[in-house]
Amino acid sequence: MTRMTYREAVRSALREALSSDPTVFLMGEDVGRYGGAFAVSHGLLQDFGPERIRDAPLSESTFVGAGIGAALNGMRPIVEIMTVNFSLLAMDQILNNLATLRYMSGGQMSMPLVVRMATGGGRQLGAQHSHSLEVWYAHIPGIRVLAPATVADAKGMLLAALREPDPVFIFEHATLYPVEDEIDETAGPADIQHAAARRAGRDITIVTYGGSLPKAMTAAEELAKDGIAAEVIDLRTLRPLDTAAVLESLAKTHRVVVVDEGWRTCSLSAEISARIMEEGFDDLDAPAARVCSAEVPMPYAKHLEEAALPQVAGIVASVRSIL
Amino acid sequence: MRAEKAASQQTPSREHALGLLRQMLLIRRFEEKAAELYQVGMIRGFLHLYIGEEAVGVGAMQALGTDDAIVATYRDHGHALARGIPAGVLMAEMFGKANGCSRGRGGSMHFFDVSRRFYGGYAIVGGGLPIAVGLSLADKMRGVERVTACFFGEGAVSEGEFHESLNLAALWKLPVLFLCENNLYAMGTALSIAQAETEIAIQARSHRITAETVDGMDVLTVEAATKRAAEAVGRGEGPQFVEFQTYRFRGHSMADPELYRTKEEVEEWKKRDPIVLFRRKLEEWEMLTDPDFTQIEGSIDAEIGEAVACAEDGEWEPVEDLMKDVMVRP
Repeated sequence: MTRMTYREAVRSALREALSSDPTVFLMGEDVGRYGGAFAVSHGLLQDFGPERIRDAPLSESTFVGAGIGAALNGMRPIVEIMTVNFSLLAMDQILNNLATLRYMSGGQMSMPLVVRMATGGGRQLGAQHSHSLEVWYAHIPGIRVLAPATVADAKGMLLAALREPDPVFIFEHATLYPVEDEIDETAGPADIQHAAARRAGRDITIVTYGGSLPKAMTAAEELAKDGIAAEVIDLRTLRPLDTAAVLESLAKTHRVVVVDEGWRTCSLSAEISARIMEEGFDDLDAPAARVCSAEVPMPYAKHLEEAALPQVAGIVASVRSIL
Repeated sequence: MRAEKAASQQTPSREHALGLLRQMLLIRRFEEKAAELYQVGMIRGFLHLYIGEEAVGVGAMQALGTDDAIVATYRDHGHALARGIPAGVLMAEMFGKANGCSRGRGGSMHFFDVSRRFYGGYAIVGGGLPIAVGLSLADKMRGVERVTACFFGEGAVSEGEFHESLNLAALWKLPVLFLCENNLYAMGTALSIAQAETEIAIQARSHRITAETVDGMDVLTVEAATKRAAEAVGRGEGPQFVEFQTYRFRGHSMADPELYRTKEEVEEWKKRDPIVLFRRKLEEWEMLTDPDFTQIEGSIDAEIGEAVACAEDGEWEPVEDLMKDVMVRP
């Protein structure tokens, strides 16, 4: 076992992929000389050179489109977008081309493209660097959406994404980059089909993903002090959703709280609640509850940002409200 | 300068010249038939005709090899036919049939044939340029010597992706050919009310790309210019840009009332109909007689007839396959 940060785990996966497959290359803003906006690709330029650690100009739409074209033509690109807010500049390429060309061409094209980006708030970066827009992508047929929440998944899910024949989006919550853990560096690609129970419990199910997982785990510990056993489900893959894992846990606990850093309206938590209504209604002993971000552009001031984001206290309170 | 270039052109072989004429005429007749079938509801959705611009697609495609990649726009019938995709599978695509080139999922705007490296018709203006940049980037990284040719209209010049793509291609010296079909109108918006700089080649040069502006109504001029540009790409000189000055004789789509231009303007351009011009030239060169022309028309009529039959005979994709091919591994 090796102790490393989430950031180092992503880098370790990149290094492995670049070393083992000559068609893999990393392209994005400041991935090379700067070492990555979040230092994920630090040191890779020295080892793999500027052709494969390719600094791109501030042209999100075109470097994502170039990733699509390169993936259509024998390469295995990894495109890094600095943050999810910037990815909106590439939405045309992502929706109208990347997610669409295979279907629209009658199955002639496949685009093995991995797009990674940082997401989420909690670092006082204000309203243009802090949102959790994963659900915008999870809405789109034709792409797979991953949200690794642990150090092991940061590496294993990226390696798995690089084995997929389809476009895969990976959302890395920016507050997770410094998180440390012991991982098996030789574990290889992780399962990207299934959610994972990060903590077992019989009284209530907390469903979450990404940057909210550590908060959900802390909340579960607090609840345990009062004898409430919460089961924590980490969704891991946001599209396609592992609905079965949620329903299986619900069948045991009969109560569920969904914790989602996205805005509540039309959120992933809304989708999960709807699926529970459709497929798990008879297992519910109380209405499904949700803890989401306040519906405001993310404020800068620390106390306001904290109030806007899901927090441990809010999760605990939500659980208590339906027990 | 343009006259000099035209004069310096070598007279083509009769076989080559007749091939060009036939292709342009095939596109013209194919689209006239498509318009007719649209009026009776056999073809639905949007239908954007290339009529008037045939010399561009035909001439440019002649200068490209079968291994070169093509990226086109939603006005893609001409490019697809010139690329050699059979008229039948294109007509079937417009009928929405499963034997269409995109299995009926694309329609008129979205022809694809990856086996011919025809990477499709893109209906978001400017959206194909980044794809072309990526296709050429992959060739460069893999050391494969071939060209990616990207067609787009002058309307794309107003899109950010145009400038981003030209910059990236120039910055990375990519083997990509930007082929701008300037038909003067982005739907109904004239270039002069959309761009402060209406000389498109100047915009390309501002990205340090060699750019040439040529007469898009003369198929030999188009072919020669594309050949020069493709050869420069082949010599490793990086991306090249050619602007073809052309005109569409029909509306933007079948729904266009054409309020934005005068009948006189259209009639003026029709005097430079690329098929009429080229036919006249071939007659001057004594390569074409009236019976020759009638014979070509006859063979095209037969081909169009077969194409329509192919579309009519095609099967509908079963509704059970609706979800197929969203992803390779759903």
